[in-house]
Amino acid sequence: MSDLSEQGVGKPVRRKEDFRFITGNGHYTDDISRPHQTHGYFLRSPHAHAKIRSIDTKAVLAAPGVLAIFTGKDIAADKLGGLICGWTVHSKDGSAMKVGPHPVLALDTVRYVGDHVALVVAETHEEAKSAAELIEVDYEELPAIVSLADCEKPGAPQVHPEAPHNICFEWELGNKAETEAAFARATKVVKIDLVNNRLIPNAMEPRAAIGEYDKGTGGYTLHTTSQNPHVARLVLSAFVGVAPEHKLRVIAPDVGGGFGSKIFIYAEETACVWAAAKVGRPIKWTAERSESFMSDAHGRDHLSHAELALDANGKILGLRVKTIANLGAYLSTFSAAVPTYLYGTLLSGQYDIPAIYVEVDGVYTHTAPVDAYRGAGRPEATFLIERIVETAARETGLDPAEFRRRNFIRAFPHQTPVIMNYDAGNYDASLDKAMEIADVKGFAVRKAEAARRGKLRGLGYSTYIEACGIAPSAAVGSLGAGVGLWESAEVRVNPTGNVEVLTGSHSHGQGHETTFAQLVSSRLGIPIDQIEIVHGDTDKVQFGMGTYGSRSGAVGMSAIVKALDKVEAKAKKIAAHLMEAAVEDVVFQEGRFTVQGTDKSLAWAEVTLAAYTAHGFPSSEIEPGLKETSFYDPSNFTFPAGCHICEVEIDPETGVLDIANFVAVDDFGTIINPMIVEGQVHGGIAQGVGQALLELGVYDNDSGQLVTGSFMDYCMPRADNVPSFRLGFTKTECPSNPLGMKGCGEAGAIASPPAIINAITDALGIRDIEMPATPARIWKAIQSSRPRAAAE
Amino acid sequence: MTVVSMTVNGKSVSADVEARTLLVHYIREALGLTGTHVGCDTSQCGACVVHVNGRAVKSCAMLAGQAEGAEVVTVEGLARDGELHPVQKAFREHHGLQCGFCTPGMIMTAVDMIRRKPQLDEQTVRDELEGNICRCTGYHNIVKAILAASEEMR
Repeated sequence: MSDLSEQGVGKPVRRKEDFRFITGNGHYTDDISRPHQTHGYFLRSPHAHAKIRSIDTKAVLAAPGVLAIFTGKDIAADKLGGLICGWTVHSKDGSAMKVGPHPVLALDTVRYVGDHVALVVAETHEEAKSAAELIEVDYEELPAIVSLADCEKPGAPQVHPEAPHNICFEWELGNKAETEAAFARATKVVKIDLVNNRLIPNAMEPRAAIGEYDKGTGGYTLHTTSQNPHVARLVLSAFVGVAPEHKLRVIAPDVGGGFGSKIFIYAEETACVWAAAKVGRPIKWTAERSESFMSDAHGRDHLSHAELALDANGKILGLRVKTIANLGAYLSTFSAAVPTYLYGTLLSGQYDIPAIYVEVDGVYTHTAPVDAYRGAGRPEATFLIERIVETAARETGLDPAEFRRRNFIRAFPHQTPVIMNYDAGNYDASLDKAMEIADVKGFAVRKAEAARRGKLRGLGYSTYIEACGIAPSAAVGSLGAGVGLWESAEVRVNPTGNVEVLTGSHSHGQGHETTFAQLVSSRLGIPIDQIEIVHGDTDKVQFGMGTYGSRSGAVGMSAIVKALDKVEAKAKKIAAHLMEAAVEDVVFQEGRFTVQGTDKSLAWAEVTLAAYTAHGFPSSEIEPGLKETSFYDPSNFTFPAGCHICEVEIDPETGVLDIANFVAVDDFGTIINPMIVEGQVHGGIAQGVGQALLELGVYDNDSGQLVTGSFMDYCMPRADNVPSFRLGFTKTECPSNPLGMKGCGEAGAIASPPAIINAITDALGIRDIEMPATPARIWKAIQSSRPRAAAE
Repeated sequence: MTVVSMTVNGKSVSADVEARTLLVHYIREALGLTGTHVGCDTSQCGACVVHVNGRAVKSCAMLAGQAEGAEVVTVEGLARDGELHPVQKAFREHHGLQCGFCTPGMIMTAVDMIRRKPQLDEQTVRDELEGNICRCTGYHNIVKAILAASEEMR
C-alpha cells in the first residue's frame, strides 16, 4: 500500500486534469462545435442611459449569412421572464429591496454601456458582427449617473423608477444603541474614509454559450461557461421560463477560471438557448474581451466611513460603519447578498468587539451589474477592519501586532455581534508564524539600509478572517437566500471496483478531479486513476449548488464523505454475507474487508463484483448494486483565518513600488492537497496585489462610458508585478464538517490588499492612500506629505 | 476567399478562408486545433502564442495569409512520439496551471524563452512573461516550472 499512501489525503498529488490542458486537449465551451451551428452576436448599447425610440432591422435580414434577429420585443412576445436576483435583502424599515426589471434584451430603455439590445444570428461570427452594424437604433439619450458619491443626491438621474434616489435597500446590522453607548464611553475614536475600488474579474476564458434545441424531443441543451450549471438550469426554467427543468440540459465543460463572474445567469446564454428553438439550429456565442469588460458582473465598488471606539488601554469598544455599495444598473444573481450578508457579518474580524453597527445603502448606477468577485464582501470587510485597526494602532502609539493581540478573540465558540459564530481558530499562532517567516525583528535594519540607498521601506499586517463553506441552508434562508446552499454527491461503484463520483461542485481550475479522488482513494484504498470525478452536466449529476465561496471542500467533499459512509456500510453488509459473518465483525481497511479475529478476508473488487452478481443475497436484507447518494447541509459556516505581512520598498523619486517580501500564513483546517492549496493562495494574493496596486474599473462621470474596456486600459497583474510568495500554515480543525476543512480559494484576495496598503502608508508615513496605489498616486502622496519649507 | 497553405505540427495543411482570417482562427476553426486559445482582442494576453518558423508569435496578431508556407507548431505538436516536452512536464510537476486556459500560450512562450535564453533567472522569466496573462496562479508556479524546465534542458 506504500504507493497508495502517496495518493491520499494530505499529499501533494500532481493533478489528473493537467494532461489534457498541457497538451491542448481541454474542452472549453468555445472549443466545442455542434453540427450545423450558427453564430450569435449581441448589439450593445453605446449609451449609459437612453430610451429606445425604435429599432430598424430591415437591412440586417438582407445581409449575407444572416438567419435571424431578435430584440426585447420578441422575447416579451414569448412571455419570457427577466433575469433575477436570488437573494432578498430588507431595509431598516422592513421593506423589501426595490428591484428594477432586468429584461434579457432591453425593452424600451438601456441602462449601461454594453446593455443588450439585439441578438443577430448568422452563418459565421463575422457575418453576424458585420450585420449588427446595419441595425438602426433610434436612441433618445438621457442623463446618466455613474458616481457612487452622487447617485443618492436629489436630482440625480434615476436608473429605475421603482427605486427612488437610486436606493435599492438601506440595510443595517448590529445593535445601534449598544454601539452608541460604546462610543459614548470611549477615550479615543479613530475615523477613516475608504474607497474599495471597482474591479473587473477577467477570468482568462471569456464567457461563451451554445444553445441547442431538439425538435424531436422538445429538449434544450445549453453549453455554458458556468460555475454552477444546476443553478443556471433552475433559474432558466423556473424564473425565466425558457423550458421546463426536465427539458433543459445545462453543461459546463472545462471552464477557464471564474472568480465569481461565472456564477451568474446572464442575458447571453439565456438568449442563445431561447433563440435556438426559433432558428432551429444551435447558436454559439463567445464574448470578445471587450464584451467581458462591459458585461461581466464587476466586483467591489464601495465607499465607506468607519469609526472605532477605544478605551485607554487600546481595547476596542465598538465599531460603526456606513457604506454605500454600487449594485450597477441591474441586480445580478447574487448581488444583494454581497455587500450585506457577506460583508457586514465579517466586520468583527479576528477581534473581540462588543458592539458593532453597520449601515449599507445598496444603490443603482448606470454601470455594469456588480456582484460576487473572489471573496465577495469579505475582502471589503477585511480591508475596512484591517485599515482602521492599523490606523488605530498607529494613533495610539502601539505596535500594530501588539494592538491586534490586545483585541484577538481567544475563546471559541465566539458569538460576534454581527451574526457569525466563530467555531475555532488560533489567531496568535498565525500572527507569530507570519512574523517569524517575515523576519519582522530584522525590519528596522532593512529599513535603515534602504534609507541609505534613498528608498522608503514599510511593513504592513493583515490579520484576516472570512466565512466560507457557504452555507447552512437554514441560516441563509433566514437571511433572505432563495435557495438552500447544501451540496450533493453520488458515489457509483462499478462491478470491477472502480468508482465514479458525481458531484454538484464544479471545477474551473481548483483541481477537484484530483483532490476529490484523493479523498475517495484514502477511504476505499483504490488508486486515484480508478476514480472518476463527474461534474458540470445536469444530465449526469442530479442537482448541486456549484462552486463559489470556497465551498467545494467543506460542503462538496463533506457530501462525498457522507455518501462514502453509506457505500461502506452496504459493502460491509455484502462482505459479511459472503463471508458468513456478522456485519459488526467486518472491518474495512486499506481496501480489504476482514472478519475480525479470523483469516477470512475479501478484496474491495471481490465485494463490488458480488454486489452486482447478487447471487443468493437475502433479498429482504440486501438489494443488489452499490451506489449511494448524499445531500449534505453544513451546520455552520467555516472560518479560515490567518495573517499576511507585506514589506514594500518605494523609490520616492518615481513612486515606483517593489514588493520586497510577501508572507501569508493561513489556517485552512484540514488540507487535502498542499500543492493545490498553495496554488490557490498564490493566485488569490496576485488578485489582491492587482486590487491594491494596479486594477481599477473606471466609468467617465460625464458620458458614462467605460474607460477601462480592454487589457490596454485595465491593468492586470503580470508576472513582473508580483514577487514569489512565502507561505506557511497553521491548523485548527473546523468542528463543523466531517473533514475539518475550512476552504482556501479566496483567502489570498481577501487578506492581501490591506497588508499592502498598510505597508505603503507605513513606508510613506501617511494615514491613507487610495487603491490602486499606482506609482502616480504614491508619487503624489509623497509630494503632498513632504514639508514645503525647502521650496519656500 | 483565399487558399492558405502551411505546415502545422509537421503536416501540410491547406484551407480556403476569408482574406481577413487571423492565424489563430485558421488554426482553431479551419484545422480544428483548439488548444490555441483566444483570451483577448488587443494582443495582450498571449493565450494564442504558437511558433511560426521557430519563433513565438501571437497568432491573433497575424493574418493566416502571412503564414503562407510557414512551419507552424501549436501546443498539440509539442509532445513527440507520446513523450511530453520538458516544459509540459514541468508545468504539471510544479502546478504551473489551474484552469488551463492560458497554459498553451504560456508553454509555447516558455519553450521559445528557454531556446533564446539558456541562462534564465527568476527576474528574466518574469520580464519575458510580460506578454502572457494568467489570472489563476499568481505566476509563482509558472516561474518555478519554467526555471525547472530550463535547468532540465540545459
